[in-house]
Amino acid sequence: MTTAGHLRRFGVTGRGLVVLLPYLWLLLFFVVPFVIVLKISFSDIDLAIPPYKPLLEWVGKNSLAIKLNFNNYAFLFTDRLYLNAFLNSIKVAFISTVLCFLIGYPMAYGIARAQASTRNILLLLVILPFWTSLLLRVYAWIGLLKANGVINNILIWLGIVHEPVTMLYTPFAMYVGIVYSYLPFFILPMYANLEKMDWQLLEAAEDLGCRPWQAFYKITLPLSRNGILAGSMLVFIPAVGEFVIPALLGGPNALMIGRVLWDEFFSNRAWPVASAVAILLLILLVPFMMWYQSVQSRESAGAR
Amino acid sequence: MNYRSSYFILTCLGFGFAFLYIPILSMVVFSFNASKLVTVWDAANSPTLKWYYALLNNEEILDAAWISLKVAVINASGSVILGTLAGFGLARFSRFRGRFTLNAMTTAPLVMPEVITGLSLLLLFVALEQLIGWPAGRGITTMTIGHMTFSMAYVTVIVNSRLATFDTALEEAAMDLGARPLKVFFVITLPIIFPAILSGWLLAFTLSWDDLVISSFTSGPGSSTLPMVVFSKVRLGVSPEINVLATITITVVTMMIVGVSLWMARMAKLDNIAQR
Repeated sequence: MTTAGHLRRFGVTGRGLVVLLPYLWLLLFFVVPFVIVLKISFSDIDLAIPPYKPLLEWVGKNSLAIKLNFNNYAFLFTDRLYLNAFLNSIKVAFISTVLCFLIGYPMAYGIARAQASTRNILLLLVILPFWTSLLLRVYAWIGLLKANGVINNILIWLGIVHEPVTMLYTPFAMYVGIVYSYLPFFILPMYANLEKMDWQLLEAAEDLGCRPWQAFYKITLPLSRNGILAGSMLVFIPAVGEFVIPALLGGPNALMIGRVLWDEFFSNRAWPVASAVAILLLILLVPFMMWYQSVQSRESAGAR
Repeated sequence: MNYRSSYFILTCLGFGFAFLYIPILSMVVFSFNASKLVTVWDAANSPTLKWYYALLNNEEILDAAWISLKVAVINASGSVILGTLAGFGLARFSRFRGRFTLNAMTTAPLVMPEVITGLSLLLLFVALEQLIGWPAGRGITTMTIGHMTFSMAYVTVIVNSRLATFDTALEEAAMDLGARPLKVFFVITLPIIFPAILSGWLLAFTLSWDDLVISSFTSGPGSSTLPMVVFSKVRLGVSPEINVLATITITVVTMMIVGVSLWMARMAKLDNIAQR
């Protein structure tokens, strides 16, 4: 028997080996960490390195005590700040998703309907900002929105206003930043979905007397549902936990949960509380992630 | 357009692209502005290259860029290996134990907020250090591992979707002729999906190069990446050197994308000619 034959007796196949490496890697570096976060969310803060007390403690000679500290969670539920941060994050992410839809859908539609040569250039133009650093693009908005920034300079020069309009460090700036950063994430899956659409359906509808907007509403929109959902999830889910944009563009009142987690961790050194925040955020987002998974599998099943 | 061209759509496209590009263009323009205030155009002394010289002499930024480069290259190469394995497995093996888990584990990082991934990775490294002594402190190794974990998810998606549109007849023919699966993969499959793997490499490189949040969580003293340095600078406001950095980044990215697209268009044309 060959070596492969010998190994197969133990259930080790070539196929198994192929997926084993990525499987183990992700298991160790993606899944196990979440278990650890869960564990630390139940521990006490400690003035030590690392700044938390261990969960298991030997009490006496033969007994092992597990200390589960629910204080961190109680703290999160009783302090209004965290609840407000969660709700605000969901609100901001939701509105940003809607805005991305309103701006991105027509763009994706236009690209999908374009001639093949124009289409490639337009796609390139959408992808280019995506490949440029998010940090730098958000930074660009600081220069545009600040008191002596480009937009205010133009407004004053045109005489529309006489004093600089406060735009930076407001919720408005944050929305602009999030929509700006996530727009390509909406357009690309939306385009991928619209590209597969059979445009003859619209011609048939027109032949049958349907007005263009009606045809859009009754045919195009429902058929592009999966694309809309996929794009929306790709915007909504990461936007809820977004940190960079609120930190750079939002003011001190722009309370987003990603920023809260960061501050708890880096500024307060409160690792257990930060872990509890992460767990709650995860619980909040997992249903949406599963929804995204199911939309994706429906989409690829439909394609085959 | 094949259907009635709609002014509404054209306007939307126009505004949309303007919205996407005006900030980028403004950064480029103001990188040549002599004034330290960046957005107040100093007509007397501009345009000037002085900030370009300043940037290229800035030790902090150059060191950070070097670290970013190292991490990005190792990350891209490793992610491509892991991602191709996973993508191939998900595309070709219809059922295997753990398929559902692997699928979930390769889609979750795509949407998971980075603060969660970053925090969890750091806590893992701390726990590992307590348990077995490795990794001793955070630095380039831990950052690279962190980047690879989320980059490979993107590569998996790319390779998976490329293989899904791949005609398996070629692979089956090769196997009919007696080639072992491993040989089929390296001789037939790999060369054909090479553009997808290349774009996976480039994507992983870019994701690592630009990453801030996961780097901040998993880095150690002395291993600050370029985004970390940029972030600490821009927290305090605008800075002309950052404009220069942005201009250089945009130029490089543009050249790279245009170059790769032209190359792929040529490959596609050659493919078409060969098939006739």
